[in-house]
Amino acid sequence: MKFKLRIWRQPNTLIKGRFEEYEVDDVGPDESFLEMLDMLNEQLIANGGEPVAFDHDCREGICGMCGIMINGVAHGPKAATTACQLHMRHFKDGDVIVVEPWRAKAFPVIKDLVVERAALDRIIQAGGYISASTGSAPDANSIPVPKPVADTAMDAAACIGCGACVAACPNSSAMLFTAAKVGHLNVLPQGQAERFDRAVLMVDEMEAEGFGGCTNIGECAAVCPKEIGLDFIAMLNREYLRGKLKGAGSRNA
Amino acid sequence: MADTADTQTSKAPEPAKTILDAKTPDGPIAEKWDKARFDMKLMSPANRRKFRIIVVGSGLAGGSAAATLGELGYNVDCFAYQDSPRRAHSVSAQGGINAAKNYRNDGDSIFRLFYDTVKGGDYRSREANVYRLAQVSNNIIDQCVAQGVPFAREYGGLLDNRSFGGAQVSRTFYARGQTGQQLLLGAYQALARQIHAGRVRMHTRTEMLDLVVVNGVARGIVTRDLRNGKIERWLGDAVVLATGGYSNAFYLSTNAKGCNVTAVWRAHRRGAYFANPCYTQIHPTCIPQSGEHQSKLTLMSESLRNDGRIWAPRQPGDTRAPGDIPEKERWYYLEERYPSFGNLVPRDIASRAAKSVVDAGHGVGPRRNGVYLDFADAIERLGVNVIRDRYGNLFDMYENITGENPYEVPMRIYPALHYTMGGLWVDYNLMSTIPGMFAIGEANFSDHGANRLGASALMQGLADGYFVLPYTLSNYLAQAKLEPLTTDHEAFRAVEEEVNGRVERLLKANGERSVDSYHRELGQILWEYCGMERSEEGLKKALELIPTLREEYWQNVRVPGESEELNQSLEKAGRVADFMELAELMCIDALQRKESCGAHFRSEYQTADGEARRDDENYAYVAAWEYAGDGRAPILNKEPLTFEYVALSQRSYK
Repeated sequence: MKFKLRIWRQPNTLIKGRFEEYEVDDVGPDESFLEMLDMLNEQLIANGGEPVAFDHDCREGICGMCGIMINGVAHGPKAATTACQLHMRHFKDGDVIVVEPWRAKAFPVIKDLVVERAALDRIIQAGGYISASTGSAPDANSIPVPKPVADTAMDAAACIGCGACVAACPNSSAMLFTAAKVGHLNVLPQGQAERFDRAVLMVDEMEAEGFGGCTNIGECAAVCPKEIGLDFIAMLNREYLRGKLKGAGSRNA
Repeated sequence: MADTADTQTSKAPEPAKTILDAKTPDGPIAEKWDKARFDMKLMSPANRRKFRIIVVGSGLAGGSAAATLGELGYNVDCFAYQDSPRRAHSVSAQGGINAAKNYRNDGDSIFRLFYDTVKGGDYRSREANVYRLAQVSNNIIDQCVAQGVPFAREYGGLLDNRSFGGAQVSRTFYARGQTGQQLLLGAYQALARQIHAGRVRMHTRTEMLDLVVVNGVARGIVTRDLRNGKIERWLGDAVVLATGGYSNAFYLSTNAKGCNVTAVWRAHRRGAYFANPCYTQIHPTCIPQSGEHQSKLTLMSESLRNDGRIWAPRQPGDTRAPGDIPEKERWYYLEERYPSFGNLVPRDIASRAAKSVVDAGHGVGPRRNGVYLDFADAIERLGVNVIRDRYGNLFDMYENITGENPYEVPMRIYPALHYTMGGLWVDYNLMSTIPGMFAIGEANFSDHGANRLGASALMQGLADGYFVLPYTLSNYLAQAKLEPLTTDHEAFRAVEEEVNGRVERLLKANGERSVDSYHRELGQILWEYCGMERSEEGLKKALELIPTLREEYWQNVRVPGESEELNQSLEKAGRVADFMELAELMCIDALQRKESCGAHFRSEYQTADGEARRDDENYAYVAAWEYAGDGRAPILNKEPLTFEYVALSQRSYK
């Protein structure tokens, strides 16, 4: 297969970027999108050019490191899939493919398709945990968790933190990401003690980082590679509101 | 008790070394860890905040260690090459984590988990370490549940278990097929809490490029900021390496693309012994390579072998579609060779059998590089819904990658590099041969011997990080006489200069070939001669090829771009340079070990029916290699292994 690529090139955060056009040939249908970019990079290196920088690591859809806009869609055309698990058989020979980085105020471009997502880590640091220092835990089976509750927690905990939800959202909101962590921990019995502080602190941090608000558009859930549902956002809204009414979120650590 | 390596690079014999002392406590095995903990010097909370600890790596071992050390009150600097600590490769583990809880009342115990792990490692691990691992396994599950790890539950709300990797008891805890991810998120969240509290400074997109040793004691590291190329010096009172394994030396493996040996290898060159580098595990059920441009291999959980039947066409070169091959022309080679275990033989045996079948021309698929894993019988026996319940997500993943529907045509599988049991030599306290430098998780060698059992890697990473290192590191700091230093010290300056020199040399080579093309070639040499089956002849061949390739690499590699920017080619170039050196040591180690054990199979040392033949009389030791300088043969040091609690026996699966 042969493709024409329009790829965003940007040397660093300060210099303005632009699209460049490339062609790759002899791409096999079983190759992944990132392997196709590898081929392009080998070609660029051989011809004395500069390879395209893009983030990736596990290449099996679980680490959340890869993330690019492919023809305007976060992670590309196939639902419930990360860019590394997207294969070229989903494209047609001769297609023109536009490749861009995540675009959001809170995700500055470092180079080409690589963005800084540390803001997501800081949302977790604000309260996305259960304070249980090593050694303090009771026997694991002393805290029964009904199976449906454990399953709901797991559905939310499947988030890989890739940032596709932010990139897809017209407001660049990180609500789905934040809701997934609050949803994971707030339904569990172990998470009750810090429940309202967690919701308030994380949402406040999200806003401080420059992510936008949620206006229930739903693009986030549509592109989420782990199919995290909008119901978690509804839950976060409830937790946040109740937390605010209780005056939660004022603790320091 | 030491001798020099039998290689062509050897120049002069090195002086003999003493036997390595593992500092294992005395007394009955069940009491050793308690005794060790009681004998340790304590550090008061007020004094802990005077110490700074460097932790390199943020996976299960590094993340749990950094979080726990922060909770204890130490100042911690934690480093990760990824953009977030949550992405470390532990995240990819699917199957589960073992613990001796005996929640199933099926006869499990700490002693049985210990016994199974020593036997599974083919009697090449240290008994005392493995016993401690089994002891703390239960604390790990408690800790993870308290953090909110969503393990699978039964309807009564209690924890579910499954049997895994051929174990006769159900001791594996799991969170769907994402156990590694969920355990890592637990450690990551604990780490996030300490970052927020100011106890841990997290340095993402930062790679350790060398270790700084001052007067024989590890005191810091030199790193490169991957965003802008800035080289920096970091001072610490101790250094902990939690940087994972080295499967990526083979280029194609199930490891994440960034996994590398640089931190470990640089520490080795500074004086840390490297133990058992030839113990590399090959997982039997991965998706075969589909093309020349393939960048990594994907593992399919070994639980698939519970219901799938493995076969290949009996006739070599048979290119008919699987459905057109009649039953009597199908070769169920595992069922024929191992009637009692059949398709469930251990990883090393299943992998070797697949390779021999493909090598003999029976391979299937467009590249003739796999064997079938067929669910047709299971679907007929149990119905498609049962199979979908058990393996639905794996079948979907397979179809997504290959474009073939495994409900209708058999899966194609082939073995791939997956885990490395070898690593930095550490004593019972997880300290390397450099005082003040510790190695935890896959980066050390200690617990899995010559073969790791399924669901044991997650257990070891968290055991080291949550429950072992925090004690042994405190004990070290409480007694160490550390000289006051700053990063202006001559040793830091010299190391930084060396690091800069290497970066510059790679950029200046400006040759003809890309880093990846060399990495692929190195991988092919290792796979061919130091992979699933090794021979003296092949290893000697590899030991000719590797130094030649390495020399060419430094002359002819092309690394575009500059050092003062994000430069992924440069990152890879440094890592591949270190893999080139490690690869030679792997082959030297495989050559000196004139026996077959676990994942190390030497074709000269097998039983009449083709099974691994151990030589306990001569090789029941840990081979700990000492770096002797460039162009000089490494020195072999030995830690003899004694087995007081698990009787040595031959494994049989017939």
